[in-house]
Amino acid sequence: MKAPFALFRPAGRVGPVIIASVVVISIIVVSVFGTRLAMAQKEDAAGRRNRKSTYAALAEAPEKASEKKNPFEGDTQAVAAGGKLFEQHCADCHGSKAGGTRQGPSLLREEVQQATPGTMFWILTNGVVRRGMPVWSKLPEQERWQIVTFLQSLKIQSVTHNQ
Amino acid sequence: MVARIIPEPIRRKFPGLIALIFSLLFCRPSLVLAQESPYIVTYDHYLEEPGSLEVEYFSTFGTQRGGNDFDAFWTEFEYGATAWWTTELYVDGQTTFNDSTIFTGFRVENRFRLLQREHLVNPVLYIEYEQTSGADKILKEVEGHDVQSDYADSNAVLRKEHDHELEMKLLLSSTFKGWNVAVNPIVTKNLLPSEPWEFAYAIGASRPLALKASPNRCNFCLENFIAGVEMYGGLGDTQSAGLHDTSHYLAPVVAWNLPSDWTFRLSSGFGLNDNSHRLLLRWGISREFSGFGEVVGRLFGGRP
Repeated sequence: MKAPFALFRPAGRVGPVIIASVVVISIIVVSVFGTRLAMAQKEDAAGRRNRKSTYAALAEAPEKASEKKNPFEGDTQAVAAGGKLFEQHCADCHGSKAGGTRQGPSLLREEVQQATPGTMFWILTNGVVRRGMPVWSKLPEQERWQIVTFLQSLKIQSVTHNQ
Repeated sequence: MVARIIPEPIRRKFPGLIALIFSLLFCRPSLVLAQESPYIVTYDHYLEEPGSLEVEYFSTFGTQRGGNDFDAFWTEFEYGATAWWTTELYVDGQTTFNDSTIFTGFRVENRFRLLQREHLVNPVLYIEYEQTSGADKILKEVEGHDVQSDYADSNAVLRKEHDHELEMKLLLSSTFKGWNVAVNPIVTKNLLPSEPWEFAYAIGASRPLALKASPNRCNFCLENFIAGVEMYGGLGDTQSAGLHDTSHYLAPVVAWNLPSDWTFRLSSGFGLNDNSHRLLLRWGISREFSGFGEVVGRLFGGRP
């Protein structure tokens, strides 16, 4: 039986141009498609953009999770460590000063700054997958609390802070 | 800008390649520390960050009874399309000592997160299509009745066999108190109608060496190292299910995540029975390019 996709015969019979083309085309197609999808999601969000929807996930935290206490509250070492972790894992989307970018909302808004440490921890752990924020439970619990400690240390910005 | 730098004939011939090179060059420096798991065969439930491209290179040195030892290698391009969907392309090759170096095929894989939030056990659906030759020795999955003697022939003989397979995995993974435990049941179907469904498994457990981050940026902090162990092997097929004539491996693994976005992985897999290769020594290096999707999108007319 003739193999399907006979053009891509493996075992050394495929020329380097075909291999390179498969690699390049696949990456570009996926990248463009993914970006378009992300843009479409963003535009959809922009249509009904208001702070309520952007930060609505904060309200979804269960009460038990919201009431959790930050074990590093007031710990300056934890603030420094959390700042380092924020730069490594969060700043790409939320901005180096947490003021927000096109990829992620500002974390300086009062909605975030007034959220309980437990709520922030819950959001970090569970992400907001439908809006593009991945889950961060791969970071150990203590590191997630260190990030929360850093976020709590940020000054509350004015409500009119420009995203 | 592309028009000014690249001559017209080259632009016409290789538009895709030029786009890729420019995308990688102009990706803004990533601030994202990869925090990759140490597993090489097992998958946990964490997907690539949206818009990020991870380029990975892996190598497997394997000993061969009754034949020449080999070094199989593959390159992975892993892209986070959304927070719930990661897509990946593998390109495989191998060198068999005292024989030859050959390209052995490619794989396209997609992973879909099934639940929005974290649960005790988090399922991810994995679907892969692979088109490889019988000489493919990366042993990324050990399936059905795969045994080490399958690879003893010369490349000239092995490359005559062509495999077109569909592979599905259910990635079940849980993270608790810093420990990650992942279990991957695997089902594979060679697309030839006469071939049976094959079964396999991969399980792994890992933990960072430190659960708390230090305040300073450092390369050798314990938190940058994740150690663990994985075990994988075949479970027979629909015609002959069970452990007879199957091979199994146990492999300690370690990952070193550098603040400069590079990740190194090392794994020494030991065969657990006579059907297994005695040693599979694997290493890998990877780097993450965040914002890749946005840059490529802009090159193709997306909003600046």
